[in-house]
Amino acid sequence: MAGNVDALFIFLVILSGLMTLLIFSALVYFAARYRHRKGVLAEQIEGSTPLELTWSIIPLGVFMVIFVWGALVYFQQRTPARDATEVYVVAKQWMWKLEHAEGQREINSLHVPVGRNVKLIMTSQDVIHSFFVPEFRIKQDVLPGRYTVAWFQATKPGTYHLFCAEYCGTQHSGMIGSIVVMEPAQYEAWMSGGSNGPLSATGEKIFAELGCVTCHRSDSQGRGPNLQGVFGKPVQLEDGRMITADENYVRESILDPGAKMVKGFKPVMPTFQGLVSEEQLNSLVAYVKSLSDSVGARPRSASISAPNSAPDQAQPQGSKVQ
Amino acid sequence: MATATVPQVERENYLNKEYGVGSWLLTTDHKRIALLYLLSITFFFFIGGFFALLIRLELLTPAGDLVQADTYNKLFTMHGQVMVFFFLIPSIPAVLGNFLIPLMVGAKDLAFPRINLLSWYLFIIAGIMMMHCMLTGGVDTGWTFYTPFSTAFSNTKVIEAGLAIFVSGFSSILTGLNFVVTIHRMRAPGMTWSRLPIFVWSHYATSIIQILGTPVIAITLVLVVAERALHLGIFDPKLGGDPLLFQHLFWFYSHPAVYIMILPSMGVVTEIIPCFSRKRVFGYTFVAMASIAIAVFGFLVWAHHMFVAGISVYAALIFSLLSYSVAVPSAIKVFNWTATLYKGSIHYDAPMLYAFGFVGLFTMGGLTGLFLAALGIDVHVTDTYFVVAHFHYIMVGGAVMGYLGGMHFWWPKISGKLYPEGWARLAALIVFIGFNLTFFPQFVLGYLGMPRRYYQYPPEYQVLNVLSTAGATVLAVGYLLPMVYFLWSMRYGKPAPDNPWKAAGLEWTVQSPPTTFNFPEQPVVTWEAYNYDEIDKGHKQEAQVVG
Repeated sequence: MAGNVDALFIFLVILSGLMTLLIFSALVYFAARYRHRKGVLAEQIEGSTPLELTWSIIPLGVFMVIFVWGALVYFQQRTPARDATEVYVVAKQWMWKLEHAEGQREINSLHVPVGRNVKLIMTSQDVIHSFFVPEFRIKQDVLPGRYTVAWFQATKPGTYHLFCAEYCGTQHSGMIGSIVVMEPAQYEAWMSGGSNGPLSATGEKIFAELGCVTCHRSDSQGRGPNLQGVFGKPVQLEDGRMITADENYVRESILDPGAKMVKGFKPVMPTFQGLVSEEQLNSLVAYVKSLSDSVGARPRSASISAPNSAPDQAQPQGSKVQ
Repeated sequence: MATATVPQVERENYLNKEYGVGSWLLTTDHKRIALLYLLSITFFFFIGGFFALLIRLELLTPAGDLVQADTYNKLFTMHGQVMVFFFLIPSIPAVLGNFLIPLMVGAKDLAFPRINLLSWYLFIIAGIMMMHCMLTGGVDTGWTFYTPFSTAFSNTKVIEAGLAIFVSGFSSILTGLNFVVTIHRMRAPGMTWSRLPIFVWSHYATSIIQILGTPVIAITLVLVVAERALHLGIFDPKLGGDPLLFQHLFWFYSHPAVYIMILPSMGVVTEIIPCFSRKRVFGYTFVAMASIAIAVFGFLVWAHHMFVAGISVYAALIFSLLSYSVAVPSAIKVFNWTATLYKGSIHYDAPMLYAFGFVGLFTMGGLTGLFLAALGIDVHVTDTYFVVAHFHYIMVGGAVMGYLGGMHFWWPKISGKLYPEGWARLAALIVFIGFNLTFFPQFVLGYLGMPRRYYQYPPEYQVLNVLSTAGATVLAVGYLLPMVYFLWSMRYGKPAPDNPWKAAGLEWTVQSPPTTFNFPEQPVVTWEAYNYDEIDKGHKQEAQVVG
């Protein structure tokens, strides 16, 4: 995927190089050829509509090629692979906190194996940050109050820069880290180190501790909707709209339960705003996701829905490395 | 090519008619107000330039060693705010536009002379607020004021800076309003729309943006102040707001604001190139309409600043597509300027060198804009030095080059004195070389991944940063030179003839410097714009008899 970005970039470098050459040589040639000479008057030319049309329509055509090409690359960047391993990212002034679905936690570094698709589900505790890995050609702003998504696939072992690309205060330039890409065997060894168990299991514990389980019962007799198999599926709302239950919907339903009520239920759920940390929220989301996963152990989401009813809500985005 | 006779005794003109501070501070003469603006924006240009030099010095080494991180963050914030709101936006319109538009359309003054003075006072009040803000601690949000950092996290003087820019916005709106009314209502008999210099067309387009766009940034800044001071939840998700709403509102003005900076510069260049090619501008109608098209399309592309901000895929697609629609009229202009040279009779005086520089740098700035509008590439290079380089090519390479070209071209008219031509050509060359040395390496830095607004950076980026800093020192010399010789020429320069360039246009038919009411009697226009054939064949314009 980095290769796709580079191919378009090189195409544009060549194209704009040629354009610059064309304009500059015309300027230099005219300036020399038509240099003022005594007694020679300029020849007045009114203009030329055919010429104007030519140099409007041809550039427009070229621009459309660039547009379509750029859009195709962008679609790829923003459509995470279905089989991607998930990593939850919480950004704060001025560090990156990363949590693997398997439960490993890291700060300012992320270990990933070669050749696996990795999906980042990101949110911020304070201001806007941006997750930028130049080597992978990915960048996605990380916003407070919602999830944004990026993805990549690393192809070569090594250590790569992770930068914060959205200005976030004093230590903005210190909010850097590294992506450590390992051979699968090494990675498995690394993963077998300390872990608190899978994220979804942590989520299940919190789900019980907070008493969610009393209403969201798995037998559909509770006061809240049964969450089995809900994630990734369309949900009918009280106001008639259909939306897809994605990460942002689960998140919103925990923090602002009244915002998008499921049809047939009463707004009786209290808000958990301020009662759960971003990390706990991530675990809860991971747990709700795992309920839609027949295999269970390692939750893997269905691809996040296409842009839906709320056009400016965070949408999935990502990219993979060639 | 300076010719024509110069009167021995100094005639009465707008400069020597009255003396004393009061005659300046209470003037309603558009030409004197233009000079008041010239002094004020030159002051801010050097303040902003000083910040830029400190930034470049800090970036000479990868470690943060010259200033503190917080100081650095304030430096790039205030560099941006001062340069954008207190130099670039007023620059050509408030100085050259103010001075020239009444002269070019054949009017005694702008439509609302007192409002014109008011707009300068608003600018000065805003400037004092900004200076006070900077001297008592400054602000560190970046010139973009992104929320919720600006409303809930920054400990600096956000409210004061926001209010300063709010006030300066009214100055900008009033200037635009004055230009629109003047261009509609005050044209001399015979000065039809199709006979207007392109400079006037460009300012008309600019004024539309100033009038329609500026209120939006004003409201946005008021909302920032309201959220920061009163904790109204507008942009901060913790208070139930939406941070992307801020970005939409901010860029709805701040993208068109780029065209407030570049359109007047295009206007200047479209006066200079025909004059020094002794030709009518190629494709007058297309060049004029391209200005209007840029102003209109410019309002439809703002979210291309937000491709990675969290907008939907479909919104991104639409804004990418629309961004290319602005590129077409920009390309039309570049081709027409080039075509104007064809079969001309070309002179290489300093204004023309600046115009060449403008076309070159604007072309490169425009072409790199094509990269940024391409979604897949923008994801990688946005928020890196690639963007920094791109917009400096447009706003400094383009806008400032045009501004300096215009200052040289009309300096004889403004001051009544000739500047030293040799020095001026040298300065044009130094600016061009210094500019490219400063900003070209930044394109490469950006593609290699160096994020913007970084106080310290990984060592592999050092070589390119050193090149850039070296360029900045050359550029500083290039900018200081004109200030020195313009000042010098006011005292020691040769008196300027009324029309040293044998240029077309009503402003050259009056004496240098002009009298307070510009025209001794109502001019009547019977010729087309850029009638260089008639001038060079010795047909005198009727109004020249008067001068």
